[in-house]
Amino acid sequence: MDRQATMEQGLTQTAFAPALSPTARRRQLREKAIAGFITLMAFTGIAALILIIVFVAKEALALFTDPAARHEASLSKMFLAQDVPPGRPPFRWQPVSRVPKVSMIPLFVGTLKTTVVSMFVAVPLGVFGALFAAEFAPRRLRELLKPVIELLAGIPSVVLGFFALMVMSTVVKDLFHFDRPLNAMVAGLGLALAIVPVIFTVSEDALTAVPRSYREASLALGATPWETAWKVVLPAAAPGILAACVLGFGRAIGETMIVLMASGNADVISWSLGDSARSLSATIAAEMGEVVVGSPHYSLLFFIGVQLFVFTFVLNLLASTWTKRVVRKLTGGAA
Amino acid sequence: MKHATRRTVGLALTALTGLCAFVIVAVLAFILANILEGGAAGVTWTFLTQPPSDGMMGGGIFPAIFGTAALTLLMTVAVMPVGVLTAVYLHEYAPPNSLFARWVRVAIVNLAGVPSIVFGLFGLGFFILFVGRGMDRMLGHEEMYWAQPGILWASLTLAVLTLPVVIVSTEEALRAVPLDHRTASLALGATQSQTLARVVLPGALPGILTGAVLAISRGAGEVAPILFTGAAYFLPDLPTHLNSQFMHLGYHTYVMATQSPDVEATRPLLYATVLVLLMLTFALNLVAVIIRTRTRRKAASAH
Repeated sequence: MDRQATMEQGLTQTAFAPALSPTARRRQLREKAIAGFITLMAFTGIAALILIIVFVAKEALALFTDPAARHEASLSKMFLAQDVPPGRPPFRWQPVSRVPKVSMIPLFVGTLKTTVVSMFVAVPLGVFGALFAAEFAPRRLRELLKPVIELLAGIPSVVLGFFALMVMSTVVKDLFHFDRPLNAMVAGLGLALAIVPVIFTVSEDALTAVPRSYREASLALGATPWETAWKVVLPAAAPGILAACVLGFGRAIGETMIVLMASGNADVISWSLGDSARSLSATIAAEMGEVVVGSPHYSLLFFIGVQLFVFTFVLNLLASTWTKRVVRKLTGGAA
Repeated sequence: MKHATRRTVGLALTALTGLCAFVIVAVLAFILANILEGGAAGVTWTFLTQPPSDGMMGGGIFPAIFGTAALTLLMTVAVMPVGVLTAVYLHEYAPPNSLFARWVRVAIVNLAGVPSIVFGLFGLGFFILFVGRGMDRMLGHEEMYWAQPGILWASLTLAVLTLPVVIVSTEEALRAVPLDHRTASLALGATQSQTLARVVLPGALPGILTGAVLAISRGAGEVAPILFTGAAYFLPDLPTHLNSQFMHLGYHTYVMATQSPDVEATRPLLYATVLVLLMLTFALNLVAVIIRTRTRRKAASAH
């Protein structure tokens, strides 16, 4: 690779460069063509990301350019309280009623509710589980624990949604005495199943990246194993654990099938976990099938897609910055 | 605090972390046991080989299995060359500190974080409405031929979704091929591409296969991206053309679970379908784990 590059450089610098035979020249040309082709292929990842945002945004653009769509779904109708007869809710998502109501606030509340529930469950489970695996578990147990949790990550989200819908909903309803079986709580718990493996795996990586010398120094100073784990290892890995939580959060915001199947999908605004909730992602999934291509409603669903893309993009950038920070900190700037 | 108290408190908290790990594993075990218990009786030979009948109340799920297999096969054919060559560029061809390579990496990390439903929108907006319409116009189809949901567009959407999986595993595999092998090959007069094709890629093959298996497992389970790019609830025929719609295990599960008029009557079929889907993805994951441990052991013994 780079060794070959220096060799070639050395060749061109000599005064008597041997003339290349036609075969050798052809061979060199072919090598260049192959390298060019491979470089071109590597562009696909960047192209895909750009095409995704461009084409999702393109379909949403009509909301801002088409007068009819702008009238039906203006930004103020999406995000501000509407004038309604007293007793009616000012924020509603009913894009196919006679007078379309397109407030995104219920969708934001629904997404936030399910996501917060899932974080409340998944962060302690994932982080403490990772702490156990990295610090306290015997080697055998850790080597068993990691693939088992990867197995949980391998369960398709539609299966987790199915499980939340068929099994968890009745259990939760009886446990908390909720009125309806499908609610924000069930969806949140289902989401927790999907993001626990993410939080566990990334946290565990961050914890095992902490050098052994940190632990040995702490133990030598008389700290107990728990104090070492809690006051030395955990703070050292903190940015990585934060990154794990942010990644899990992003996953929970974008996750579709679980919320679609288990949340009940009503556009109500309430902070009760026993009420049904409608998330951004589930709204796209539920309504795109029946929508007229090119209608304001269609553009609205793509606009929700743009928002989801932007949220998760920002969260991912944050997470990767923090992961890099923990590596840099622990290697003393060497990497 | 006395050392003894500190120790006891520490042990109690340690036990708490152990409990957290145990809860995760227990929940996984409960899910598996529940689905196994509910579905095991329903998975029979007829169930696996017959189409649904009696308005989805009877029969089997063969078209859904076939559709899932065809979809993931097309996806694999599309994603493997691109994914492997991207990883080859990043690990073998990119100059050190290349800005382009760094951008590719950033793009891959972010691509892996895009919500799957956004991939569905992308498949609809790009493949069906842009590429499909363009092809119809160019090929002179009077009616919609390519500009409609179909198995080709669904599989290409999934290929974009699984691209990061393939790239990450392939790069890991390339990293495991010792540098000596490359330098030995180059010293014998082989060109860089010959070294790649005859030394590096064969050496990395198990890892590349792991990537393919993981991508298939991921692609077989995703439902959100295919909701509006080609999945159909019930079709009398198997997909025969690249623009045919298809039945899919995950989509079948979703529709049966949420839109069935009589949940109790379809429950055994539903559980059996979920069990088949779960066994499929687990089997694939297991294959990946086995290949990976074997490669790692071999790599460890070679050094």
